Amino acid sequence: MESIFFIVVAAVAVISSILVVTCKNPINSALSLVMTFFCLATFYVMLDAPFMAATQVIVYAGAIMVLIIFVIMLLNVKAESNKRGTHAVLAGTVIGIFVLFQTCWFLIKGSMTGLPGVMDKASIVKEGHVEMIGKALFTDFLLPFEITSILLLAAIVGAVILAKKKI
Amino acid sequence: MIAINNYLILSAILFAIGTIGVLTRRNAIVIFMCVEMMLNAVNLTFIAFSRYLGNIDGQIFVFFVMTVAAAEAAVGLALMIAFYKNRESIDVEDINLLKL
Repeated sequence: MESIFFIVVAAVAVISSILVVTCKNPINSALSLVMTFFCLATFYVMLDAPFMAATQVIVYAGAIMVLIIFVIMLLNVKAESNKRGTHAVLAGTVIGIFVLFQTCWFLIKGSMTGLPGVMDKASIVKEGHVEMIGKALFTDFLLPFEITSILLLAAIVGAVILAKKKI
Repeated sequence: MIAINNYLILSAILFAIGTIGVLTRRNAIVIFMCVEMMLNAVNLTFIAFSRYLGNIDGQIFVFFVMTVAAAEAAVGLALMIAFYKNRESIDVEDINLLKL
């Protein structure tokens, strides 16, 4: 039952991502990408990470994709009319298939090793997923957390300066 | 219980489709959307490994990847708007001032 659900959601995710790459109208690409993000949020719930699923929907589907759709509508981007040279499309597709083949090769040939930790489904249910992430984020990963706040400040200032009419 | 290989193969497929999109499309915004799809494929790998190795560190890294992606979206789209004001087009073939 669970594998049927996994295969259905995976098929929807792959079909949506192929639509992102092949649609001529960029709004159709953006909406297909939103569908892909929702499928990935479903996978995060299946992997016992509900906080990550919520964050994915809020940040990616809710903020980044809305921003992209705003920019598409602001710049009035039309559908792509003249086709790129077919040799470029063919070369890109060959390289992409090569990347897929290389990744699957290492997946099949390699072994999944790693020190297993203490987290499992029972402890997630008992302690709470958000508490576990909060504990790790504010003790072990405090420095990246603080640096991320400075990164966001730099991004905000940079975006405002770049879009100004006159600096 | 679904084996981790299924999640990793799905993530590889999404990453490869994103790569094809980046190398094939001409519209700068669609290229940016394909880059976001590649980042999401990597996020899926991280969370799958975090679940199957019993470690929370993968999900913390996904947290930071999402934050960096949001910052990159803001700056990248502002850059595209600035370029559009200059050139009236966001086709990557038109970004050729440094071409010989």
